[in-house]
Amino acid sequence: MATQTQVTVNPALERGWLYHVQDWVTTVDHKKIGLMYIAYALIFLVIAGVEAILMRIQLLVPNNNFVSPEVFNRLFTMHGTTMVFFVGMPILFGFGNYLVPLMIGARDMAFPRLNAFSFWVSAFGGLLLYFSYFAGSGLYGAGTAPDVGWFAYAPLTARVFSPGHSTDYWTLSILISGIGNIGTALNIVATTLCMRCPGMKLSRMPLLVWLYLVVSGLVFVTISPLTAAQIMLLIDRYLGGHFFDTQAGGSAVLWMHFFWIFGHPEVYILVLPAFAFANEIIPVFSRKAVFGYPAMVAASIGIGFISLSVWAHHMFTVGMGPGPNAFFTFSTMVISVPTGIKIFNWLATLWGGNIHFTTAMKFAIGFLFQFLVAGLTGIMLSVSPFDWQLAGSYFLVAHFHYVLVGAILFMIFSAFYYWYPKITGRMLSEKLGSWHFWLFLIGFHLTFDFMHIPGILGMPRRIYTYEADRGWAIWNMIVSSGAFFQAVATLIFVWNLVASYFKGEKAGPDPWDAWTLEWSTSSPPPSYNFATIPTVESRRPLWDRKHPEEPDAHYE
Amino acid sequence: MSTAVAIPHQPIEEWKLPSRGIVGMACLIIAESAIFIIFVVAYLFYIGKSLTGPTPREVLEIPWFATVCLLSSSITVHFAVQSLRSAKVNLCAAWLAATVLLGGIFIAATAMEWYDLIYHYGLTVRTNLFGTTFYSLVGLHASHVIVGLLMLGLTLIFALMGKVNQHHAERLEVISIYWHFVDAVWVVVFTVVYIVGR
Repeated sequence: MATQTQVTVNPALERGWLYHVQDWVTTVDHKKIGLMYIAYALIFLVIAGVEAILMRIQLLVPNNNFVSPEVFNRLFTMHGTTMVFFVGMPILFGFGNYLVPLMIGARDMAFPRLNAFSFWVSAFGGLLLYFSYFAGSGLYGAGTAPDVGWFAYAPLTARVFSPGHSTDYWTLSILISGIGNIGTALNIVATTLCMRCPGMKLSRMPLLVWLYLVVSGLVFVTISPLTAAQIMLLIDRYLGGHFFDTQAGGSAVLWMHFFWIFGHPEVYILVLPAFAFANEIIPVFSRKAVFGYPAMVAASIGIGFISLSVWAHHMFTVGMGPGPNAFFTFSTMVISVPTGIKIFNWLATLWGGNIHFTTAMKFAIGFLFQFLVAGLTGIMLSVSPFDWQLAGSYFLVAHFHYVLVGAILFMIFSAFYYWYPKITGRMLSEKLGSWHFWLFLIGFHLTFDFMHIPGILGMPRRIYTYEADRGWAIWNMIVSSGAFFQAVATLIFVWNLVASYFKGEKAGPDPWDAWTLEWSTSSPPPSYNFATIPTVESRRPLWDRKHPEEPDAHYE
Repeated sequence: MSTAVAIPHQPIEEWKLPSRGIVGMACLIIAESAIFIIFVVAYLFYIGKSLTGPTPREVLEIPWFATVCLLSSSITVHFAVQSLRSAKVNLCAAWLAATVLLGGIFIAATAMEWYDLIYHYGLTVRTNLFGTTFYSLVGLHASHVIVGLLMLGLTLIFALMGKVNQHHAERLEVISIYWHFVDAVWVVVFTVVYIVGR
């Protein structure tokens, strides 16, 4: 050992920045790829956030003309597409890439080169989408960025209604990033099943890894239909096919089915990683093992399966008839059962625990309450007669943003505060974190609580302005002002990320006194993760290590 | 590493995990199946909905010979894996050659069918819904056959160059699983296009 600990000059330090660029571009290390996913998602988060702010400025007062209707159409299309495909997916895959091998005691993913390929192909998809701003008008001079909405209903995407190339950029960028997503999902499944360290049985895996396994399984059966639908759209647009061409007997409703067969499970692909973070963070800051591990695993798998049978609740207003309406109302209500099991298990984990209100835990508690409210408005919308009144209104927009922001984004912030010390070796500032949390919480509730009301009053989504006499003005003012609170809070968060990297308190390997394997190695982990491959005997290997007199293995 | 918490390293009972190549291929097959399901659903949904001719009954012949060739290539690729497992490299190369030949006949038959449809019956992707769905479904399958043929052909070339040995049996098995999948998809496509849709 003595010879190994002698000071050796890191060769990376002696070379220039070009060396580092080459190092990151050619890396196959799962941690670096994970960080690139996260960085790329954060950049797009800021871009799509700016788009949201521009839209909220436009809707701040009635009869506003801050942006033109055409620009507004592009803004909501790009905001939705970016947030789902180039923020949500990459940030969740980024954390998965970083954490899954560490948590199961592996040195890398099962297919490191496929992993790098998947990242770069997804990243290229995002660049392609935004390149449309420069090149979308092509030879036709017909608009720049895509403006067909994030679900791009037919026949709006037909050549006649979308001349130029803006829609092609939309289709191709999603098709390409989908290939990357399937590659990463394949990698996560193969890593989880084939790379676990000795003793890490499936019944001992951290719940985060279980949830990523379910998410990856969902990616295969949901991203693929989207890929198929995009291929069909390309055949229609480039080869003159008739899949969604109503003039030649094609069906516009078929596109809706194909899109939402992807679109609804996609919501669960995004929210299950948020559950995964909660499963790791809530027990650690309650100082208790998670309540009901087997029930949590069963509920996750249950959600995975049921989520495949709810898609047409997005289509109640299409006129599917009483049979399908009743079925999809029922299946949508059924999915709240496993979700409810999860909420009760988290509450039971908190119950009687020694709760530490760190910033990560504050965000996790916020997630619990907000996810519950989002679920309740979800149950309201699952009732098809209720949905007929409010589908396509701001009530719906408020509902799904409550899930995406109130649940998913809150848990992503929580995950940053929890794992940042592991990733960088430095703690994030708790003081700035507190400001971030409270400002974001206030902004979130100002925006998305009050957004339900103009929806009930009849304000449709995607309108670029409204008349003053509708009674929507005050509500839109409140909603828009909340958006600024969120923007300021996000800036504080970004500042915290940057400043703590240089000045943050040193974290050490295990700052939270946690129990999963990633905390057993140094912070940041070496490129090989573990000097010797660990062996585990229970669900909390570090608990066993720290409490040899009372190991978990005796109770499982 | 001195700051890291050490994990006790104890010997544990035998620890065996599945092969990542086979798990990875299984995942790919699940994802590909989902793509095919969507195209099959679109084909079934649009049967008889074309506003103009030609109809499937007028122009499609059941490709019995090509189908028999493709399905028997599943058997030959299986024997190729078996012979490589028992270190009979030359035998393996022979079975691989038979597989590539049978797959090649299938693709040639598809090419001839398409030539006929395009030049004699004037059926293209643009003609009607039948043309759109037929070419995309059969074409999607044919492109998978071509990818499989490229992989098997490369393996055959490596085998003839003497670069393949018994240790590669598992890799060849991964390719063979893909090939079985392509054949299984053909059973579905054949049933949908040439039996149900005709």
